[in-house]
Amino acid sequence: MHEMSLCEGVLQVLEEQAVTQGYSMVKRVWLEIGALSGVEPEAMRFGFDAVMKGTLADSARLEIIHLPGEAWCMQCSKPVQVAARYEACPECGSYQLQVTGGDEMRIKELEVE
Amino acid sequence: MCTVCGCGEGETQIEGQDHQHDHGHHHHHHDENESQGHTHDYGQGPAHAHAPGLSQSRMVQIEQDILSKNNQYAATNRNYFQQHGILSLNLVSSPGSGKTTLLTRTIGDLRAEYAISVIEGDQQTANDAERIRATGAKALQINTGKGCHLDGHMVGHALETLKPDQGSLLFIENVGNLVCPAAFDLGEAHKVAILSVTEGEDKPIKYPDMFHAADLMLLNKIDLLPYLDFDVQRCIEYAQRINPKIKVLQLSATTGEGMQNWYQWIAASRQMAQVGNPAVPA
Repeated sequence: MHEMSLCEGVLQVLEEQAVTQGYSMVKRVWLEIGALSGVEPEAMRFGFDAVMKGTLADSARLEIIHLPGEAWCMQCSKPVQVAARYEACPECGSYQLQVTGGDEMRIKELEVE
Repeated sequence: MCTVCGCGEGETQIEGQDHQHDHGHHHHHHDENESQGHTHDYGQGPAHAHAPGLSQSRMVQIEQDILSKNNQYAATNRNYFQQHGILSLNLVSSPGSGKTTLLTRTIGDLRAEYAISVIEGDQQTANDAERIRATGAKALQINTGKGCHLDGHMVGHALETLKPDQGSLLFIENVGNLVCPAAFDLGEAHKVAILSVTEGEDKPIKYPDMFHAADLMLLNKIDLLPYLDFDVQRCIEYAQRINPKIKVLQLSATTGEGMQNWYQWIAASRQMAQVGNPAVPA
C-alpha cells in the first residue's frame, strides 16, 4: 500500500511519545499488523529502516505481530478466520461474512531508553 | 505535508495557498485524546536501581493506531461538515474511470439545485480543477506531488481556502488509485467508488479494501457495454462479496443514462446529512 507513509506515521507517534514519556532513544518497536490491513510486512520493514535513519529510532528493531483476519459467518453463526476479504467461509463456503478483526495497524509497545 | 503521509513530504501544493509549513515537520503535539501509556522512570534492573553506565531500557505501552493522526484531522473535517450541513463525498477510482467527466456532468445537472464545490486531488497539474471551474462550480486543486492519496490534513487546509457554502455539496475527487485512498479517512460522509466497464469486472476482488470502504459503487461507461466482454452481474456479485452493504448504480456520464439514480442517491444522502441540523433551513 503506502508503507512508507505509514512508517512516517509511526515516527510521528514515536517523537510525540518521546516528549510525554521522557525517552530519547527507541530500540525496538512492536507493531500489530492485521492480515486484512493491506499492509505488506516486507515493505514495512524496508520503509521502516529508511524512515528511521537519523532519528531517535535510528537502527531500532521492528517486530511485527501478525494478527489473523477474523469474520463472523452468518450461515454458521460463529467467528471464522479468513486470509483475505474476498474469501468464502472456510467451513460452509458462504460469502456472507462480516469482517470483525484483522484490519489493525497499531503501535503496540516500545523498548526505549 | 506533516500528517501521516510521508510519501510526498513537503511537496503537497494547495492552489492559492503558500503553505510553507513553517511549523516544521516534526510536531510535538500533545493531544489530550491520545492514549498515553503510563510509565515510571525507575530502572528495570534488580531493585529498580539506576546503575550508572548500565543500560536503562524500559518498555512503553502505546497501543496507538498508526493512522491516529490522520483520523484526528478527519474527525475535525467531519465535525466541520456536520456543523455546516455539508454533504461531502469522496470519489475514488483508478485513473481513467471517468471521475472528472462524471463530476462535470453532475455539476451541470445539479447546480441549479445545490451549491457545489469540489476539491481535486492529482499528483500534478491543475487541469481537473480548471475543468470543474469551467462548469461554474467552486474548485480547488491539491497536488500531492509524489503522494498517492489525499489525507485528512490536506483536505482540512483546502477547506480553509475553499470555504464551501452552508448546506452545500462537496465532492472530493481523490487521486486516481484504488489502493491507498482506502485507508485515509478525509472526514467524508461516504466514499463512492467509480468503476468503468472498460476495466476488469474482477476489480472489486483485486482491490478489496477500496470496495470494502465504499458505500456506493458507480458502474460507469455502460454505453460501451455492447462492445465489451464485461459481465455486469458478476462484477456486482464480486463487489457485494467484499461488501454486502454496497449499493451499485449503473450509469453513463457521457450519454446520461442512469444519472437520475445517482442524483436521487445524492439527494437522499444530503437529506440524511442535514436531518436535525439547525444550521440548515429545511
